[in-house]
Amino acid sequence: MIHLTNGLPDGKYPSYNRGEKAALFIPCYIDQFFPQIAEATAAILKNLGIPIVFPEGQTCCGQPAFNSGYWEEAARVVRHFCDVFRPYQYVVCPSGSCTAMCRVFFEQVDPDERIVSVGRRVFELSEFLVNVVGVADLGARFPHKVTMHSGCHGRRELGILDQPLTLLQNVKDLVYCELPNIEECCGFGGTFSVKMPGTSIAMGETKAANILRSGADVVTSVDISCLMHVGGILKRNPQMRHIRPMHIAEILVQR
Amino acid sequence: MTSPGLHLSGAPFLKKENKGLAEPHGSRALGESAERSSKHNRQVTLSVPHWEQWREEAHAVKRFSILNLDKLLVEFERNAAARGAVVLWAKDAEEANRHILEIVERHRVKTVVKSKSMVTEEMELNHVLAAAGVRALETDLGEYLVQLAGQRPVHIVTPALHLSAEDVGRLFAEKLQEPYTSEHEKLTDIARRHLREEYLRADMGISGVNFAMADTGSICIVENEGNAGLSISAPPVHVAVMGIEKVIPGIRYLPLFLNLLARSGTGQKLTTYTHIVHGATPGRTFYIIILDNGRSNVLRDPAARSSLFCIRCGACLNACPVYRRTGGWAYGWVYPGPIGAIITPHLVGMEDAGKLPFASSLCGACGEVCPVKIDIPHQLVHLRHKAVNSPSPVRSPFERLIWKAWSWAMAGPLRYRLAMTTVRLGVRLAKFLPWHPAQLGAWTRGRELPEVPAYTFRAWWRQRGREFAEDDDKSGIAPPSLGKEVSA
Repeated sequence: MIHLTNGLPDGKYPSYNRGEKAALFIPCYIDQFFPQIAEATAAILKNLGIPIVFPEGQTCCGQPAFNSGYWEEAARVVRHFCDVFRPYQYVVCPSGSCTAMCRVFFEQVDPDERIVSVGRRVFELSEFLVNVVGVADLGARFPHKVTMHSGCHGRRELGILDQPLTLLQNVKDLVYCELPNIEECCGFGGTFSVKMPGTSIAMGETKAANILRSGADVVTSVDISCLMHVGGILKRNPQMRHIRPMHIAEILVQR
Repeated sequence: MTSPGLHLSGAPFLKKENKGLAEPHGSRALGESAERSSKHNRQVTLSVPHWEQWREEAHAVKRFSILNLDKLLVEFERNAAARGAVVLWAKDAEEANRHILEIVERHRVKTVVKSKSMVTEEMELNHVLAAAGVRALETDLGEYLVQLAGQRPVHIVTPALHLSAEDVGRLFAEKLQEPYTSEHEKLTDIARRHLREEYLRADMGISGVNFAMADTGSICIVENEGNAGLSISAPPVHVAVMGIEKVIPGIRYLPLFLNLLARSGTGQKLTTYTHIVHGATPGRTFYIIILDNGRSNVLRDPAARSSLFCIRCGACLNACPVYRRTGGWAYGWVYPGPIGAIITPHLVGMEDAGKLPFASSLCGACGEVCPVKIDIPHQLVHLRHKAVNSPSPVRSPFERLIWKAWSWAMAGPLRYRLAMTTVRLGVRLAKFLPWHPAQLGAWTRGRELPEVPAYTFRAWWRQRGREFAEDDDKSGIAPPSLGKEVSA
């Protein structure tokens, strides 16, 4: 796998100094539909002694409108995001896709340095842990067979692949199952999932079949949006229903 | 002559009556072959240690070429003419076809052999020649099959990717009255037998151009079957048609591109045949037609310029999960797949092709494999932005209104809570609805909806957030165990 970029101008992650505050950015669908992932994220950071804040003015990163072509509408939301997160040195987000929006695409929406610089301070949880804080073992224990789906935005825009794998490797009693064709898109793609549902579902079914083939009982990812789509397919299929989708943060807090 | 517009309006992705994107099922053979090629070619490219450096270099050379087209094309014309080539310019497909018909008349051409060329597909050249009473035969095996079947290519490198060996056997039995077989060797034997005669009989050969070298005035054509070599050398007249973007500054850059093209296109280190045509040979006539056909529209849009770097290797098609499932015809024009989705809107206009950039999950596989590093995924989003803001089938005041409302709701925490509470309620109620409309129905067609939890994270934080906010020293939390250090 080639990591060409991680969306940082010099390709270098900052290094975290103990005591520095981190702000949580909890994407809208996690806030509303998967609060346990945000709780797990907060718990992981707390266990590392990282003081965290959750700026309550936060809403969304603007990605849905941006990817649909409505950049003007996205810009308003992006500016709001930047107003909310401007005071913080580190913004931690449990989603590769939303992080890519902030770090890579804010520039397209509004090249103003005040916007771009805030976007560049957003880190996906696993890269924040591994690359910024410098920790690989969170002392978690999870005695299950686990496979990992690698979200395309996180991997191709931010080079996120090794970080979650490293974190999983260090989870006690976890049996990692290789996912066949891990590099392939699951077919979610935001509004693509409802604009081309037939193709989206066909792609998801391929992904679900590969997850089944991996032999895992749990499929994890740094992106729950992908898993919401694939999980929705797994749930429909009696042979696949037993496979539980879990965000990586949910696994990393297990003791 | 079929106009590109007419051709497009019938394409599944683009039909005006389809509100969304219609989704044809491509053939199984196509999906499987494209996936197999993609995996194989990717292995081949990644086995080159300096692959990334090659990509960077090729990107830089193409960038220079596209930014200096005005000078390089004139230099190419001068040097090609000095070697005896007749260079003709064409603003659009119609003008290029006029040139060809004039050449046909001048040399009293009755039959033409063609080697594979996508640019002549843009011109609908076969129809134009047929209308003028000229028999034009495709000689690339894939193109030959597609022509026999009365179809269009599904792929820019492997035009008959959708046909299995059994399909080909049936096609030969029906059209050439050959005994049915599905053995690859026998099938190629049949094709060879039928084609060989044609080269010798033809009055003119037509080819595309892979690279045009400004400094030498020569053109390069790559192929694997020997058909291009015969098409351009057996008949007394050779016409090479090239898009303006094919020019590179010098022949010294050619090896770089040959290395990239063969590996990305077919997983070969080098194509079986590489022809470099240095002008006309004595006693034969050599024409070069340089065609714009909408390409200069791309130059006007700096964010889209790199789409002109394309060397037509087809790697992005093979890598694309959408292309693999819908096949090439879905894209409606000559160039399918991700590259088609970003160049067709420029070449034929947003009015006809505005839906194409939406036929993608934005997974980025195309950008990863592109040998000249065209930022295809980013251009798809760029074109979506253009499409919703210009006269196109996707511009919709209603959809605009919805996004405006969304934007308003997401620009403040109170409005956000109100909007999201509504969404949560909607998802809860959906379980009880016998039928799901619009987008909701599109989701539940093949997927369960997520469970709606009893609380939101922000509500939880309001209760528990204080436990997390304190500084280390005062919080009473045990000193952090940072675990095993890793290098970032």
